[in-house]
Amino acid sequence: MTATATATATRRPAPALSPATRWLARVLVPAALVVAWWFGSAGSTSPYYPPLAEIVTRFRELWLFEQVRSDVVPTLVVLFSGLLIGVALGVVGGLGLARMPTVRATVMPLITFYRALPGIALIPVLVQLFGYGDGVRVGMVVLVALPPTLIATMDGVLGLDATLSDVVRAYGLPRSERLLGVYLPVAGPQVFAGVQVSMQFAFIAAIAVEMVGSTRGIGYQTLLAQQTFASADMWAGVLLLGVVGFGSSAVVRLVRNRLLRWYDGAQAVSRAA
Amino acid sequence: MNPGSALTAVGADEGTTDRAGGWTAPPALESRRTPVLEVRAVSKQYGSGRNAVRVLEGLDLRVDAGEVVSLVGPSGISKTTLLKTIAGLQAPTEGEVVVTGRPVAGPPREMALVFQDYGRSLMPWLTVAKNVRMPLRHLDLGKDETARRCSEALTAVGLEDADRKYPWQLSGGMQQRVAIARALAYRPEILVMDEPFASVDAQTRFELEDLTLALRRQFDMTILIVTHDIDEAVYLGDRVVVLGGRPASVSRVLTVDLPRDRHQDTTRADERFVALRTEVLHLIQAPGRSSSPAGVQAPGRDA
Repeated sequence: MTATATATATRRPAPALSPATRWLARVLVPAALVVAWWFGSAGSTSPYYPPLAEIVTRFRELWLFEQVRSDVVPTLVVLFSGLLIGVALGVVGGLGLARMPTVRATVMPLITFYRALPGIALIPVLVQLFGYGDGVRVGMVVLVALPPTLIATMDGVLGLDATLSDVVRAYGLPRSERLLGVYLPVAGPQVFAGVQVSMQFAFIAAIAVEMVGSTRGIGYQTLLAQQTFASADMWAGVLLLGVVGFGSSAVVRLVRNRLLRWYDGAQAVSRAA
Repeated sequence: MNPGSALTAVGADEGTTDRAGGWTAPPALESRRTPVLEVRAVSKQYGSGRNAVRVLEGLDLRVDAGEVVSLVGPSGISKTTLLKTIAGLQAPTEGEVVVTGRPVAGPPREMALVFQDYGRSLMPWLTVAKNVRMPLRHLDLGKDETARRCSEALTAVGLEDADRKYPWQLSGGMQQRVAIARALAYRPEILVMDEPFASVDAQTRFELEDLTLALRRQFDMTILIVTHDIDEAVYLGDRVVVLGGRPASVSRVLTVDLPRDRHQDTTRADERFVALRTEVLHLIQAPGRSSSPAGVQAPGRDA
């Protein structure tokens, strides 16, 4: 804090970009890339890189809007149910691990090992054990979404300020109030950092698990297109995956911003000080 | 007039203070004054065996109902350890802490705390009103009574318009007022403050000191205030307990024989005030008894 204060005292700070300029940059850069792609691939005859115009046509034909119900919705359902269950377990588990040192010491090596495993490498194992089906798919997403939130929650609660801990004890708050009313909110920022990572992993897992033994879903359709050499269809699927992935992360971000308004506000105040 | 004798020889009807700092009420008053807080021969040791560090030794302290007692001592003398022991956040190695006649085995219900670092003791995800309400929720008072106490407390500290704001939107002084309001709404038998005004600027400090005195008058409160600021200790206190020595114990207890009605401008210029704070300063800086910085000269004593 002091370092930045001295730096700005001796040098005029660079003028900050206005929100409008920032928004414009965020929209213009991707738009420029799309335009470049459009014109760059316009005359392409390669079977693997069809013109963007053709991809967009196939996209419209395939995905808008009849296949949304049959393929997009199942993917989203698996994704979000797996994510919610994984996050819920992660938060509860993280809270418990933070407050119970003995359990934490016992279980930590297992968790460290578990989180190092690439989640999707477990797909064949799960399929072998439990077969195919929606339950297995959701289970896969849960397994993958759990560790980031679990560890982030645990770290967040462990980092509880000593003064706040004294306040909580001095005023004799009952346990439920302590856990839900103090420890969890205090860990909020870190919990959500974990949830955002969980979201990314969950998305990867939700698509990957459809590519093995499934008969519907965006991942399934895209892989099918690739295997039948329908290049434009495959690219259209990839485009859709990008849109859905972006949208899902945006949803998590929106929820975070609503719940952590207090944190963002406090951070802004302390940065301006 | 020699200020020294007027201070150390307290009158017959005020009780006596011996060298070790234990205060004995004269028989006639014993039944009249009820101690809200008694610290009896408290010692605190960290570690054991050869690595043991004894930080508090045989501390005796007493706060009666309606009193303001200032606890002051040189830096590093474990005032915070003593405060945590009094607050029941730590157990003493020896001795006991008694609050309203019951030995303390954990944070007592009758005590409310105000911490030095308001930024870390208030909850940033709650509004000011919810922060003040938080300790009341498990007291089973009912919604109406809780709301009434909260608005009364916020009004008393002058923050009735800030109830929907968040603590981090307020200045340091206002945040500390919120912390004070939270303790007020709790209606404790004794309010314990740990260097509450050390983190605010000097002018805000004066305002908060006067606020404390005003609240004490309005609500007839009993207050124990730990501070490193000698002037503040004398300005606020009915008695000043001076800690000293290593391990720390009570070096002396001084009675502040100034009128209860105190003002920043007149009281601090009063010759009695000056004499008292000089006395406290000397006690704190006494060589061999406390860790005073080398080379500091005691100020000259002009009557």
